[in-house]
Amino acid sequence: MRAIIPALAVLVLAVGAAPPHAMARDSLSIGMVLEPPILDPTANAAAAIGEVTYQNIFQGLTQIAANGDVVPSLATSWDVSADGRTYNFHLAKGVAFSDGEPFDCDTVKFSLDRARGPDSINPQKALFTPIAGVACPDAATAVVTLKQPTASFLFGLAMPAAIMVAPKAAADDKTRPVGTGPYMLGEWMKGDHVTLVRNPKYSGAPPAMASATFRFIADPAAATAAMLAGNVDAFPLFPASEALPQIRADKKLHVEIGTTSGKIIISLNEAKKPFSDIRVRRAMAYAIDKQAYIAAVLNGYGTPIGSHDVPGDAGYVDLAGTYPHDPAKAKALLEAAGYPNGFTMTMLLPPPAYARRGGEMIAAMLGEVGIKVKLVDVEWAQWLSQAFRDKDYEATIIAHVEPRDLYQYANPDYYWNYHNAAYDALFARYQAATDPAAQLQLWGDLQRKLAHDEPNIFIAALPKIGVWNADLGGMWKNALITVDIVSQMHWAN
Amino acid sequence: MLVAASVVVFVVMNVLPGDPALLVLGTGATPATLAALRHQMGLDLPLWEQYLRWASGLLVGDFGVSYTYQSPVAGLIAARLGVTLPLACLSIVLSVAIAIPVGVFAATRQGRAADAGLMAAAQLGVAVPNFWLGLLLILVFAVKLGWLPATGFPGWSHGALPALAALLMPAVSLALPQAAILARVTRSAVIEAAGEDYVRTARAKGLAAGAAIWRHALPNALIPVVTIMGFQFSYLLAGTVVVENVFTLPGMGRLLFQAIAGRDLITVQDIVVLLTGSVIVVNTLVDVAYAAIDPRIAVGGVSVAEAAVGGGR
Repeated sequence: MRAIIPALAVLVLAVGAAPPHAMARDSLSIGMVLEPPILDPTANAAAAIGEVTYQNIFQGLTQIAANGDVVPSLATSWDVSADGRTYNFHLAKGVAFSDGEPFDCDTVKFSLDRARGPDSINPQKALFTPIAGVACPDAATAVVTLKQPTASFLFGLAMPAAIMVAPKAAADDKTRPVGTGPYMLGEWMKGDHVTLVRNPKYSGAPPAMASATFRFIADPAAATAAMLAGNVDAFPLFPASEALPQIRADKKLHVEIGTTSGKIIISLNEAKKPFSDIRVRRAMAYAIDKQAYIAAVLNGYGTPIGSHDVPGDAGYVDLAGTYPHDPAKAKALLEAAGYPNGFTMTMLLPPPAYARRGGEMIAAMLGEVGIKVKLVDVEWAQWLSQAFRDKDYEATIIAHVEPRDLYQYANPDYYWNYHNAAYDALFARYQAATDPAAQLQLWGDLQRKLAHDEPNIFIAALPKIGVWNADLGGMWKNALITVDIVSQMHWAN
Repeated sequence: MLVAASVVVFVVMNVLPGDPALLVLGTGATPATLAALRHQMGLDLPLWEQYLRWASGLLVGDFGVSYTYQSPVAGLIAARLGVTLPLACLSIVLSVAIAIPVGVFAATRQGRAADAGLMAAAQLGVAVPNFWLGLLLILVFAVKLGWLPATGFPGWSHGALPALAALLMPAVSLALPQAAILARVTRSAVIEAAGEDYVRTARAKGLAAGAAIWRHALPNALIPVVTIMGFQFSYLLAGTVVVENVFTLPGMGRLLFQAIAGRDLITVQDIVVLLTGSVIVVNTLVDVAYAAIDPRIAVGGVSVAEAAVGGGR
């Protein structure tokens, strides 16, 4: 059946002549693959929650601009003490939540204390653990003190999990979100769509779009048909790259290829032999032809990477050539490591195509250098409990989509079991650096250290394939975090 | 029966690998947040206590709160039934409206070209997967002609017409393969009944061939047909996930599928118990229909009906 659906999508597209749009031009519908289970990004890790709510319904103290820079949001400016441990946030004035509650320093204190407290279920709680305390000298100033200088702190505050919530309404945000953003929840028909409407309490200029409907279309063929039939105006993360030639043929549609923060890697469990041996890991890296993987599995869309960062990130260093495809070198390294005849390993494959389809290809490439790979398909639920929580795995193909998540390599509890004192020291130096130039230099050093150690096999950056109506403006090419900022969108004319 | 089903589904869902709390927190989960969320969800309680809490809630009509959606399961299911029930009814009506006339007509032309042609078409209809049919319909009526929406369901609050328009293509793609099966069953049951003495008697007393079939053979052939319809209706209540995916309909099938993938244990348990209940109700209705069709069968005469199904095939 999997093979038939894309084949049919091509058939569907071959005939594709879209009917004219008959839509009022102050609204739009946006297609998404997954539905957010709830609408509170502080209580669930699903990226779809941020995609619908972030900067539409909810705002944070800082935000990430289209180019990846951290820029002001609810904090209009800030100053950082010389020791990098005290942040003075100057808050926007006259801001209120959509239920009328005012936004001030008490809100900041409530939101941050809630996220770092003992009962916190924040999916990104690690962002808030550096905080020692939040003080409110006056309503428009929030003073956040840190336990130690943390270079990544301002970026972390721009994550969807760090949004500001209203103390009175926060408990019900899951189904009735109350935020400070330009939009609020209009209608949520579960399983089909969420509609956002203008928030009359919004303090800024009213946005161009009066409403936006997010429609959830999981099937790639259905997504293609909906786009061609004009049922949706934009699909910022379009799921059917095989249909792009037909989409491009439709002059009413625009295609934009950018990058996400998704890093496709082969996670290796370093607590298990032979992956504890750097020669084996490097041999695996030499055995893999990243370009061939991208061509076959990602339909040619995607960028080869050589470390745990993506081209769209400000401090990205291109290390993709560290271990060029070289099976002879791979065999030599395996022999040096004591595996002249290779070895047998098990690889877990979660559901997405980059893993299931990619796994077949990776197994064939590793087979060429004598590594026999047993592929095991797992559901997400099983992947999370077996590989991630119990660390009961040898290798797995996975895309890590959190932006700038190099800190996980310094996290001793993380499922990779990568324990490297030199990396930990380097990461501590990065966090302690207060000068932006020094931070950038150290960020590059971290990537180089990982490329050198190759704790995981870095393969490719997941592309952001955006498809939208050619008359629609304000869409993002790249997305370090998964967002659709409706207030920036507008129709031509 | 329902108690047994509830115990079985509870055990199966808890034996499956996977932790609902971990699915909520993802790859940023820490031991502290995991423990806090498991406590909030009540997953840190002993299993027997979890079962008793859930089952005692069911008894008083409290379906519990979904782990994934964090809202009452009763509301989730009710919303999905608003799609699934009309879709199932529309499909079964379409299926019967096509299958009975075709089956009877083919039976009266047994062995001739019309019969062979119709049965070949039915064979094709059985073989064609319904999602493929759905994609073809989208291609023609949504992408090419633009008459109907390609995907999605606007809900009943925006009027009945847009909702029915959204359900039309899915209903057709579900109904045609089912109609094909039903037509074949109808044909063979009618042919069998047509060979009985009472039909010959009817013909002997001067009734036209067609009239004899419609008035005497068909009513006696209905038992296997109604049995198959019962199965098909039960299937339509939860087995339509593939077609729901093609048309992006928020029906029960997708809710169940997503709940299993997301280890939304409470929702899965509720739906399975509800479906068990609905199968019992449908089977009872089928039994009542048997009695109406053939007064010799007392309500509950399942064994006679099953024998009839065997003969019908």
